[in-house]
Amino acid sequence: MSMPFYVSPEQVIKDKADYARKGIARGRSVVVMQYAGGLLFVAENPSRALHKISEIYDRIAFAAVGKYNEFENLRVAGVRLADLRGYSYDRRDVTGRSLANAYAQTLGTIFTETQKPYEVEIVVAEVGDSPHEDQLYRLTFDGSVGDEHGFVAMGGQADQITTALADAWHDAMPLEEAVRLAVDQLAQTPAGNGGGEPRTLTPAQLEVAVLDRDRPRRKFRRITGGRLAELLGTEDDSDDAAGEPE
Amino acid sequence: MTLPPAFLAPGSSSFAEFLAAHDPTLLPNGRDLPAGQVLGAPHGTTIVSVTYPGGVVMAGDRRATMGNVIAQRDIEKVFPADESSCVGIAGTAGLAVEMVRLFQVELEHYEKIEGASLSLDGKANRLSTLLRGNLGLAMQGLAVVPMFAGYDAETGTGRIFSYDVTGGRYEEHRHHGVGSGSIFSRGALKKLWREDLSATEAVTVAVESLYDAADDDSATGGPDLARGILPVVAMVDADGYRRLPESELDPLVRSVVQARQQRPDGPVAPLG
Repeated sequence: MSMPFYVSPEQVIKDKADYARKGIARGRSVVVMQYAGGLLFVAENPSRALHKISEIYDRIAFAAVGKYNEFENLRVAGVRLADLRGYSYDRRDVTGRSLANAYAQTLGTIFTETQKPYEVEIVVAEVGDSPHEDQLYRLTFDGSVGDEHGFVAMGGQADQITTALADAWHDAMPLEEAVRLAVDQLAQTPAGNGGGEPRTLTPAQLEVAVLDRDRPRRKFRRITGGRLAELLGTEDDSDDAAGEPE
Repeated sequence: MTLPPAFLAPGSSSFAEFLAAHDPTLLPNGRDLPAGQVLGAPHGTTIVSVTYPGGVVMAGDRRATMGNVIAQRDIEKVFPADESSCVGIAGTAGLAVEMVRLFQVELEHYEKIEGASLSLDGKANRLSTLLRGNLGLAMQGLAVVPMFAGYDAETGTGRIFSYDVTGGRYEEHRHHGVGSGSIFSRGALKKLWREDLSATEAVTVAVESLYDAADDDSATGGPDLARGILPVVAMVDADGYRRLPESELDPLVRSVVQARQQRPDGPVAPLG
């Protein structure tokens, strides 16, 4: 029987991290940002059915990039956790912070204890009564949590988008301006790792949602079809769309 | 806290099924009672539903009783189930209110996990399943009898479902009442209901029928104008669930009460 080679723990962790990073960079980006009326989520996603952006609870939403089955698993777990907490305590006791903590612990455990880490990056966002109370938590594949302010970009060419947003994003942007900024940034970066010209993204290629501060109780709302085309100043082409998320 | 495996397990989009597997003590029926005891718990009483073209109205009185005592005079027994349906409860108040809470979470949970709402019949069936789990408690005197009503977008009509303690589900047409005063309210509904009711007339019919229930059933409370306690009235139509605010309800209830001072038995239905 042959002896297995010794691999240092540092090397194991590094290999896993590289593996996860590569998986995440393959997909297309998602942008989450504050706007005047709450929080905005924009993803490049041609699928109408397989979402990258979802409602978790009254004030909390979830955005993810990476492997669909893995982040879908986390999303369902988050909905279960939030509904369980709201049911056994009160709706006001469900917070983005506790959800982000649970995800961080879970991702951390999966990263260290299993062979294959989750190839996902997620944002847990909670809209507050005022912009100061908004919370944006970014969680990476190894369970690290970052408390972000203003905007987050993840997946695909996230670094490039983050740099661009750092210049262009400002407080209290109207919804239309915020949507156009996010979509422009997503269009600047070609899909996948290859080079190429900036593209034009149509409503059918986009998944857009908001946590609208002024709505009663359930603040999450998807922006689709005609309303999205109106915000982008284009034609609504969402009827002839179908496909898989990448 | 790391999420326990149950949270990450693929499978059901039902919150009640998740609870049953993960923490059954949180279910309304998640406790065993010693046999042969009948508890004196507060009971809620009369709920009525009235359809009208394009929607449905549900109304409930405000009284909970415990034997001969009025346990609460401003209890609420009509709730939104989700954005396009409502649920009213009669029977053991504590269990019923908890069951409504579970039902509300159940519908929202499904909607969030699946990304689509259940059909109206699907919702009615889910309530039936929740109720069936309560059969053991019902046999010990803690029965819950809900009524479910909602707007069916496929047919563009309001629909009413009634239940028995075993979870049996029955679709009711035109109008229905449940609870101890329902025999009297159903009589009134039969005489007052017409096919072409407007939404406001449907509310009036519901309030009149609750008045008749309170008139003859000691466990049903009439409008308490001295305290400003009015029935809870909700309506569901294509625009969704809406609870009637006091500003709209108050004049309507007052005119019903005033008319009864002229004619205590209420409006006369024409013969023939």
